[in-house]
Amino acid sequence: MNAQDIMFVILAVFIVCSAFATVISRSIVRAATYLLFVLLGTAGLYFLMGYTFLGSVQTMVYAGGVIVLYVFSILLTSGQQEELRTTNLKKTVAGLVIALVGFGVFASVLFMYGFAPIDFAASSFLASPDESVISMDTIGTHMLSTDKDGYLLPFEAVSVLLLACIVAGIVIARKR
Amino acid sequence: MFDFSVFTSWLDAALLSVMPGWLTILVECVLVALGIITLYAIFAMVMIYVERKFCAFVQCRLGPDRVGPWGTIQVVCDVLKMLTKEIVSLRKTDRFLHALAPFLVVTASMTTFACLPWNKGAQILDFNVGVFFFLAIGSIGVVGILLAGWSANNKYSLIGAMRAGAQIISYELSIGMVMLTMICLTGTMSFSEICQNQAEGGWYIFRGHFVALAAFIVYLIAGNAECNRGPFDLPESESELTAGYHTEYSGMDFGFYYLAEYLNLFICAGMASTIFLGGWAPFVIPGLDGFNEVMAIIPGFVWFLVKVFFVLFLLLWERWTFPRLRIDQILTLEWKYLIPISMLLLVLMALCVSLGLTF
Repeated sequence: MNAQDIMFVILAVFIVCSAFATVISRSIVRAATYLLFVLLGTAGLYFLMGYTFLGSVQTMVYAGGVIVLYVFSILLTSGQQEELRTTNLKKTVAGLVIALVGFGVFASVLFMYGFAPIDFAASSFLASPDESVISMDTIGTHMLSTDKDGYLLPFEAVSVLLLACIVAGIVIARKR
Repeated sequence: MFDFSVFTSWLDAALLSVMPGWLTILVECVLVALGIITLYAIFAMVMIYVERKFCAFVQCRLGPDRVGPWGTIQVVCDVLKMLTKEIVSLRKTDRFLHALAPFLVVTASMTTFACLPWNKGAQILDFNVGVFFFLAIGSIGVVGILLAGWSANNKYSLIGAMRAGAQIISYELSIGMVMLTMICLTGTMSFSEICQNQAEGGWYIFRGHFVALAAFIVYLIAGNAECNRGPFDLPESESELTAGYHTEYSGMDFGFYYLAEYLNLFICAGMASTIFLGGWAPFVIPGLDGFNEVMAIIPGFVWFLVKVFFVLFLLLWERWTFPRLRIDQILTLEWKYLIPISMLLLVLMALCVSLGLTF
């Protein structure tokens, strides 16, 4: 075990515990806070792999954007300490079925991937981080190119989505 | 110019020769963390003293003058008082979130503090996406403020938190836009490269001429708002909300907010001096070799601190000159004026760079 493996174990335990806490927690704001920890832990994994850009995007978009919006909208809508109420039998069964289906999908994806067997004699279980990080220039060029590896269409589609959100926001907020 | 990485690589080699790799990393991380926390505390105390004296100067008062020469020991006494105060725990609040919120705020603030380039080779966090990372980590602090307001179960705290959330999220946009404008000019997002470029070719505020100057002014306005400071201190406006989102905090929990507020101001000034004024890069005039050599003798961290305190002076001047705005005026200023201006600046800067109009 080297430092990287130790960090991976710490992050993995942190993520799993926070994920459980997210679904078990009764208070909706606490659940959002635990979700923040899950997302930050995932960003930590990206940094561990040397993907600093992806890690920063994860922090910016999910931790700094989505969670802030969650908490903000919870504050705007309830304001009170809103406990998640206990559910009836029908909801419990439906939730159980959905959870099992989701678990099945994830488990099948994991087992079909075919990971390399762990070599316990090796000094490190993880591949060392890729030091030749992709420069921002390359990412920007690919984002706006129409070539084989270009992402111009998804990029523009996202901007149309954002425009729709802005228009919807104005429609809701305008004075009548 | 002294390269600090000589010292850090020597320390790394020395530690690596006596202990295994993972322990070396751990020891170095602990050393760096201790360094950050010490600097953080020292600069918070310096900032509090500077703010009090400057505020007193602007308002024609004397400021603290009883404890120690010119009141310099006053801050130490205040820190000791805050450290020894009882932390009151409240009923009918969410204890866990109430205790967690200040740590989120102070962690975000300390991580951004670690991004500052102190000297040549003395960056702590230096990625190829440094500026982006800085903005990303800075945006976590809002969660702490929102949770603080919500978990206190107090309507003043909640109103303060909502105002802080709306204001910080809004002003983050123009800060990001201004940073993008400057990245157009720098061509890199790594803080060490940004400083190195400026040490070789001059500060960006001169190289980007009027566009960079306008971006600098927009940054100063948005930076004050981002730190929740006057004229944008609506989230903690004491005349209407007691103390805003940290009304219910006492002792060192309140102290963390206090620390984070002052250090965020310092970080804001540090970022402005890194991106616009060259960070640790000395002031050089191309052609005047004798002058440039004298300037290069002054160590990098002195240059950095001088620039930071110059920008701080501008920020404090702004804070104590203008009266507090209303929340709708704050949001109008951002969405109707600053964002269009910063978008225009981005386009102008892109034009200047592509037409080769910069120096």
